[in-house]
Amino acid sequence: MTGSALAMKPRRRRRIPTPYLLIAPAVVLIATFIAYPVGTVGYFSLFQYSASKPWATRFIGLENFRVMLFEDPLFWRTLGITTAWVVAEVALQLVFGLALALILNRTFRNRGLARALMFAPWAISGVLATQIWLLIYNPSTGIADVLSQLGSPTQFAPLASAAGAFWSAVIAEVWRGIPFFAILILADMQSIPTEMYEAADVDGASKVQQFFFITLPYLRDAIIITTLLRAVWEFNNVDLIYTLTGGGPAGATTTLPLYVVEEAVGSRNFGYGSALTIAGFVILLIFSVLYLQLGRASRREGKS
Amino acid sequence: MSIAARLQAPAVVNRGIRESVGSRAISLWIPLGLFLSFTLLPFYWMVVYAFRAEGSTLPLPWPLTLDHLATVWNELNFSTYFLNSTITAVFTLLFTVVLSLLAGYAMSRYEFKGKAPFMLVLLATQFVPGAMLLIPLFIIFRQFGLIDSLVALIIADTVFQLPLCAILMANFLRNIPMELEEASWIDGCGRVRGFLAVVLPLLRPAIVAVGSFAFIGAWNNFLFALMFINSNDRFTLPVGLNSTIGEYSADYGALAAGGVVAAIPVVIVFAIVQRFLVQGVSAGAVKG
Repeated sequence: MTGSALAMKPRRRRRIPTPYLLIAPAVVLIATFIAYPVGTVGYFSLFQYSASKPWATRFIGLENFRVMLFEDPLFWRTLGITTAWVVAEVALQLVFGLALALILNRTFRNRGLARALMFAPWAISGVLATQIWLLIYNPSTGIADVLSQLGSPTQFAPLASAAGAFWSAVIAEVWRGIPFFAILILADMQSIPTEMYEAADVDGASKVQQFFFITLPYLRDAIIITTLLRAVWEFNNVDLIYTLTGGGPAGATTTLPLYVVEEAVGSRNFGYGSALTIAGFVILLIFSVLYLQLGRASRREGKS
Repeated sequence: MSIAARLQAPAVVNRGIRESVGSRAISLWIPLGLFLSFTLLPFYWMVVYAFRAEGSTLPLPWPLTLDHLATVWNELNFSTYFLNSTITAVFTLLFTVVLSLLAGYAMSRYEFKGKAPFMLVLLATQFVPGAMLLIPLFIIFRQFGLIDSLVALIIADTVFQLPLCAILMANFLRNIPMELEEASWIDGCGRVRGFLAVVLPLLRPAIVAVGSFAFIGAWNNFLFALMFINSNDRFTLPVGLNSTIGEYSADYGALAAGGVVAAIPVVIVFAIVQRFLVQGVSAGAVKG
């Protein structure tokens, strides 16, 4: 696809602004509903602004940020939970996604069907995933019920404890997220030249060696980009946690974006919610830059 | 053997040349089976609860009943949620397809100042999550008087689907030779007619792919509907489903049946689009 895209360079230079007319609707929409809102978040973060008390709205400078950094233990707590969530999600989805891609890259009967079935959770919304996994986690309909029918005396109610709720959400989201990694890695795997493996076979390299010395190095760039995209996406992922655990029990699964949503939807505290949003942006920006730098540095090392 | 030949070769031919049946079981069939069970059992469990009569404890949807489905559809207002979701998703699909056709055509067929920044902005939007824009978007839609209206959802969903769908469309367009269009101009077609007569038919897979991605994105969106919609009669399925989780948490049949209602359209669209997933992903259009 990319090869022919390079070959097909657009060939005419024109003065008439047709292309501008063509992109105008997209530009207007993105400017109004993405760029402008990003700007206003910064503006609102400098205000005491609660939609339930609009008369009390006033400019307070950086006060929201001072409160956030020095007086709000919830901010630091949600940030820690977000970090644990992102690390667990990205690591597990990457490992299982890679394994699934390796399997689906092999030749077998009905592979097309197997792929379609395995990728199905990708299309499922966070709320629907909650719905599905609630039936599994619920003590009277799920694993616990099956266990007790088999005669196990243990009580199993994963959503009741802090650690249980966290890992329940992690597993449900991993279920939904594996296809994303598998699809991306599979796309890249199929572009590895077969000759590399044939040469390795001739040299007597084992399958395991081939995986570590051919497949993984070849996939490195795809893995760096995919994990970054996924980290950003999971950082901001709210739907599943919001509906599955509601951030509980006792705030044990409240991530930073969930905290923002609670401020926005629940208490309508738009000023402070905006300050939290800005904090999220800045953290993601710093993380992305550092991550890409790290990826570039390690690539140089690998090449030298 | 080339990659293409290997992909198309029947599985039987490959087996046994280098691998014994036993090692193939360990390296392929067992992990495949485990993955398939992990992926499909949750779906199966939902189907069991949605279609199994009250009182049965069989691990099968038996005795079969449609009572739960009838309950959520008629009594829990899911027919309304379904209609609202359909309206939102279909309009999002239409707007996204048309707008990404326009922008994709500009990006693939013209050189113009600002093209590179424009494409960069499209990519950068992926780093701007909807969840973080809930507050300012709420304020904007309130100024437009669009709170509690499906129009707000259609606009917000279109805006967030458009950038990557436009990139995907441009990638598809680059693979359609310019010569075909030029030939149509020589035959007397204008640029627009040439596009409609020659390019559009060839773009059908692209339109199906982009449309499906937009449909799934809009159908699944939860936060925008949660924030911008207040009245029960305008809820979309995810919000309706979420309120059912809260209120009917003990009626597992109804919960599961509600899930089935929300899942069916998306599963059908997914069946159509899954062939394009790998292409979509290389363009960055598959968000997750």
